[in-house]
Amino acid sequence: MFYREAGLFKTSYAADQAVFPIPQDRYFILGVLIIAYVAVPLLIEDYWLNAVMLPFLVYSLAALGLNLLTGYCGLLSLGTGGFLAVGAYTAYKMMTAFPGLDMIFVLLTSGTVTALVGLLFGLPSLRIKGFYVAVATLAAQFFLIWLFYKVGWFYNYNATGQITVTPGYSFGVLVTSQKAEPAAKYLFVLSVVVVFALIAKNIIRGRIGRMWMAVRDQDIAAELIGIRPFPTKLSAFAASSFFIGVAGAMIFANWLGAAESGETFGINESFLVLFMIIIGGLGSILGSFLGAGFMTLMPILLKNTLVDYFGLTAVFAKHMEIMMMGVLIVFFLIVEPNGLARLWQIVKEKLRLWPFPH
Amino acid sequence: MFFLETVISGLLAGVMYALVALGFVLIFKASGVFNFAQGVMALFAGLTLVGLMTGTIPITHLTNDALAMPGWLAIIATIAIMMVLAFAIERLILRHLVNQEHIILFMSTLGLAYVLEGAGDILWGSDVKVLDLGLPQGASDWLLDNWGLYVEKIELVAALTAGILVAVLAVFFQKTRIGRALRAVADDHQAALSVGISLRTIWVIVWSVAGVVALVAGVMWGSKSGIQFSLSLIALKALPVLILGGFESIPGAIVGGLIIGVGEKLAEVYGGPIIGGAIENWFAYMLALAFLLFRPQGLFGEKIIERV
Repeated sequence: MFYREAGLFKTSYAADQAVFPIPQDRYFILGVLIIAYVAVPLLIEDYWLNAVMLPFLVYSLAALGLNLLTGYCGLLSLGTGGFLAVGAYTAYKMMTAFPGLDMIFVLLTSGTVTALVGLLFGLPSLRIKGFYVAVATLAAQFFLIWLFYKVGWFYNYNATGQITVTPGYSFGVLVTSQKAEPAAKYLFVLSVVVVFALIAKNIIRGRIGRMWMAVRDQDIAAELIGIRPFPTKLSAFAASSFFIGVAGAMIFANWLGAAESGETFGINESFLVLFMIIIGGLGSILGSFLGAGFMTLMPILLKNTLVDYFGLTAVFAKHMEIMMMGVLIVFFLIVEPNGLARLWQIVKEKLRLWPFPH
Repeated sequence: MFFLETVISGLLAGVMYALVALGFVLIFKASGVFNFAQGVMALFAGLTLVGLMTGTIPITHLTNDALAMPGWLAIIATIAIMMVLAFAIERLILRHLVNQEHIILFMSTLGLAYVLEGAGDILWGSDVKVLDLGLPQGASDWLLDNWGLYVEKIELVAALTAGILVAVLAVFFQKTRIGRALRAVADDHQAALSVGISLRTIWVIVWSVAGVVALVAGVMWGSKSGIQFSLSLIALKALPVLILGGFESIPGAIVGGLIIGVGEKLAEVYGGPIIGGAIENWFAYMLALAFLLFRPQGLFGEKIIERV
């Protein structure tokens, strides 16, 4: 009754082209943003920040990036961990080479460098398709991790081989390292993620996004109607890597504070982000957030219930957790292969008809 | 002589890769599923085999010598367990995902990999286990004395086993009724269904065969370096082999495995010192990628014909 497209009369082109044409959607997003910007910073403390909010936000951005490539352009990538590492190591090099540089520039450089690396590894995608592309990106994963481990220049030749964050400021506020205020860290990461989500939303409803989707749905047909596949696929690789690079920089600088190529950005990281977009929903911005939320919260919940409630030993609980995660993934795929975002769509469809059932 | 030794040890390592790749190819051919759990299946089979041989009581990890089975009985029991597992996978997962997209099926096998990994650890414990089936260890004296070549016996056994396995599979695929049904399914699901071949039965059979191949791979790798978590990572080693040989081809898996094995060893020995060593993690992928640029469907893959 209230939630519908019909009966909304637009009087300007701007209103017609709006990102969220339905008022309720706008109010909802606004409400979420107000809670995220006002209520959460007041309540946030270290545990919640580091265990829940920061991983959720940075993985949302990573999932968003991967979703641009896999969900919108149909190219399966297993190199996410490697690209996250590129972002993190670029951020480290920038922060140590130019101390005092605003974090926003650091993140943008990380994104740009990662985009270039992504372009490079995206090159074979014109010749090969399907799972062959996935294996090509696996090459990126293993090669990049090896590179960051082997070449001392990337971690400034320190003895541990680890990279550790140095204090980084954004608009004069400390946002990285242990000493930063939790609220400041949170607001910085949140703002970056919100801006990039908006950018992603606009990319995919514009010309480039439509080209990606055309190539995803039928690449030969897309070619026949005049979409050049090579620039299209490469631009998807570049945009996706840019997002993932920024996410990687934030994983290192804002969330973890230290990183080691193989430990932090291994192949499991690639699978984790892939799980997020599959469970959240392929080809959906909202889905990236839902998936990231699910995959960050579920292990914590599982661990808490298994260890605290059932009183299992930590080792047993860890194996149990791995198993339960597998079961849940398979369960989700069977029940809703289109992901959590699809559930949200069903709710929306019901809302359009409400209060009438048909 | 050193060069020859490198090539031989590369070839033998390649056979080990091919053993894993074989399991992938079987399942991909018959059901179009890219089964990421193949490596974990090898781990699970290995864990089960060791558990049965030492008489480990599931979940408690206590051992009771009275329950210990002799090797041959344990192998038969493990094969039976892998078959039950195949049945359960078909029943609980694949049946519900018929007609889904490739990526969904792929993800479900990733989920399966997690389940098997957790289950294997819970049932049999996660410590490194020694698998002792009485397979010969150490260097082959005869080759060392007569030819001056250092070759591990276990690798020779693996090569021999792989050869026998491939021969048996080839006969199974070409000559038996089930084998013909399998090839029909691989060719065209719908056409196979319409002539009365049951897809579900075929899938159970294929996953069982893949389970047995996983057991063989698990035994070979496990005898060499113990049964431990890293065994599940050999799946990642098999991927470049698959690309090189083509996803649908059994000879491709073998030849691809040999090429990767030799290429990797040569690169490690002659190229490694120049760029800093430890390149075996990614070299195979780069090699496969270079091949792909010239033959996108792999060496023996079916020619890709695309229509709108």
